[in-house]
Amino acid sequence: MHSPSPSRTNGATGQPAPAPIVEARSLSLVYPTADNRPVTALSEVDLTIARGDFVSLIGPSGCGKTTLLRVIADLEQPTGGRITVEGLTPEQARLKRLYGYVFQAPALYPWRTVERNVMLPLEIMGIPRAERQARAREELQRVGLSGFERKFPWQLSGGMQQRASIARALALKPDLLLMDEPFGALDEITRDHLNLHLTQLWRSTGKTCVFVTHSIAEAVFLSTRIVVMSPRPGRILDVIDCDLPRERTLDIRESPEFAAIAHRVRDGLKEGHSYDD
Amino acid sequence: MSRQATTNTHTTSLRTAADWGLVAVALPTLAALTQPIGARGGETLGWFGGSLAPLFLIGVVLTVLAGRTAPTRIKGAWTELAGIVLAWLLPLHLLDEGVDLSAGAGVWLFLVAAILQLWRVLGALSARPGWTRSVVVPGLFGLGLLIAWEILVRGFQVPAILLPAPSRIAGALVQHAPVLWDDFRQTVLISVLRGYLLGCGAGFAVAILADRVPFLARGLLPLGNLASAIPVVGIAPIMVMWFGFDWQSKAAVIVVMTFFPMLVNTLAGLSSAERIQLDLMRSYAAGYGRTLVKLRLPNALPFLFNGLKINSTLALIGAIVAEFFGTPVVGMGFRISTEVARMNLDVVWASITVAALTGSGLYGGLALLERATTAWHPSMRRR
Ligand SMILES: Nc1ncnc2c1ncn2[C@@H]1O[C@H](COP(=O)(O)OP(=O)(O)O)[C@@H](O)[C@H]1O
Ligand SMILES: [Mg+2]
Repeated sequence: MHSPSPSRTNGATGQPAPAPIVEARSLSLVYPTADNRPVTALSEVDLTIARGDFVSLIGPSGCGKTTLLRVIADLEQPTGGRITVEGLTPEQARLKRLYGYVFQAPALYPWRTVERNVMLPLEIMGIPRAERQARAREELQRVGLSGFERKFPWQLSGGMQQRASIARALALKPDLLLMDEPFGALDEITRDHLNLHLTQLWRSTGKTCVFVTHSIAEAVFLSTRIVVMSPRPGRILDVIDCDLPRERTLDIRESPEFAAIAHRVRDGLKEGHSYDD
Repeated sequence: MSRQATTNTHTTSLRTAADWGLVAVALPTLAALTQPIGARGGETLGWFGGSLAPLFLIGVVLTVLAGRTAPTRIKGAWTELAGIVLAWLLPLHLLDEGVDLSAGAGVWLFLVAAILQLWRVLGALSARPGWTRSVVVPGLFGLGLLIAWEILVRGFQVPAILLPAPSRIAGALVQHAPVLWDDFRQTVLISVLRGYLLGCGAGFAVAILADRVPFLARGLLPLGNLASAIPVVGIAPIMVMWFGFDWQSKAAVIVVMTFFPMLVNTLAGLSSAERIQLDLMRSYAAGYGRTLVKLRLPNALPFLFNGLKINSTLALIGAIVAEFFGTPVVGMGFRISTEVARMNLDVVWASITVAALTGSGLYGGLALLERATTAWHPSMRRR
């Protein structure tokens, strides 16, 4: 399976071509199941994600959003097609720790303080203690959790826990941030707040984000591009450009441009449903 | 402000509301006064027949009154506790005076009242968190049981061969301390400690191995069920034949008893890590070893402690029983079996006491260690 593809090396080249950070070609994934009726979670998925993009994957549950994200992260092996991450296979990209993954649940280790949770990936990378701590502090400050370093996860609210898990993903300083419905379990007020936080973070760090959601408003508010997906079999219906200004406040949700894009997304999702019946 | 309010409520309930609990205590007390408190020199002895009993009675009544008028419920409870101590001392005093309590219905009724009163006081004290609830209340409860045992055994003149009084056991403990210490050293410090470390260590190590080699786990786990059904009395003589009279055979019995509980608990703990936590480690490109050390072992700690605690009890039982089947002339099991044969029941009970204290000490120490290292676990929080 290992094709010696990368003619591109990391960084060093003077003026890099705008190479896509993720490129999937007719990607498929079929889950074998116990009752011998395999589930096609991804079918013929083509997707190109450019550097600096904020891409949202939206669709009803079961359409393969999580699966796609897990394939990019090499947590799941595709059964067909090709995919590259930073020009490498997902496995190589994972072993080089090129992405940070934020799971649906915070998945903080309860026996570690918030700060030591954020330091966990750095420990595994073998980064010296002093630098680990400095980086953890920096990322916790970035997500607004200064002063909570010594707390244990269960002493934090759900929103704060998820922010800590984002800080943990950021601590690796990855160019690519994969987020699977990170705010799905939170109330709407906290969610708005974190969305604002996230868009500012994205703008200030220039990272590429792939963000799974099933909220249209959230997708339009955060994204530069929205990938509309549909279930059975999981596939991409449409990719909608979201050309709102990069600097966004919550007020933008009242604008006609916002409403127009949201409308297109909703239409796209409806199209998927008519296939269903 | 709120304190003021509590005080008022308390005072009010004293003056106006009926305290049925106190009535329940008063009834047996009044009934007790109509009965004799025992017999001395063949004659029945009444409450006011020339003993110090009336003084105890007055003291108890005074403390109850003082407790009722104390500013807070807790302070009142402490005062009433003094009265209870006094009430419980009465039969002991009478016994020392040579009074035969088996004919003294009055004393027993009085004790019933004292037990009810202790019940009420412990109820009040357990409302208070911290040391009072976690140490004082269980301590008083245990002390109450011991004293009741003492009074019953001596009051009804139970032969010491059947059941000695706690004071007699304590006496034997002191008198035979050097022998008991030698037994303790042989059984606990040598056999149990070595067997326990070997058994738990081997169980843990094999569990780590079986975690990497799945067929090992699948093959060993059914054997675990089998091994847990093996009776100690069955393997102990065999181990003595294999490994001789000294500590090695005891350690072998302990290893057989503790190996599988540790194995099973470690395996359960290792497989308790959640998928999402494992995925996280994988996303960091952490290998098997790092995932084990950073995630799976810390996550398994509550399970490991479970195994260690079960095994601490099993190890002690194993060593003592194994000593029944052959040992150098020292050891707790040896002591119990030989002194039973010689009808020296005091020493037997003293040995049993040492064993019980050792067992709870081991268990308690492990529980404290567990509390210190797994304070993060939901079952340990807020306690
Ligand atoms: N490990 C698995 N084994 C079998 N089927 C799975 C597995 N994970 C997901 N699926 C199935 O694949 C489909 C897509 O799942 P998922 O990617 O989780 O969807 P989404 O995240 O969009 O809700 C669903 O039908 C789901 O039941
Ligand atoms: Mg999902």
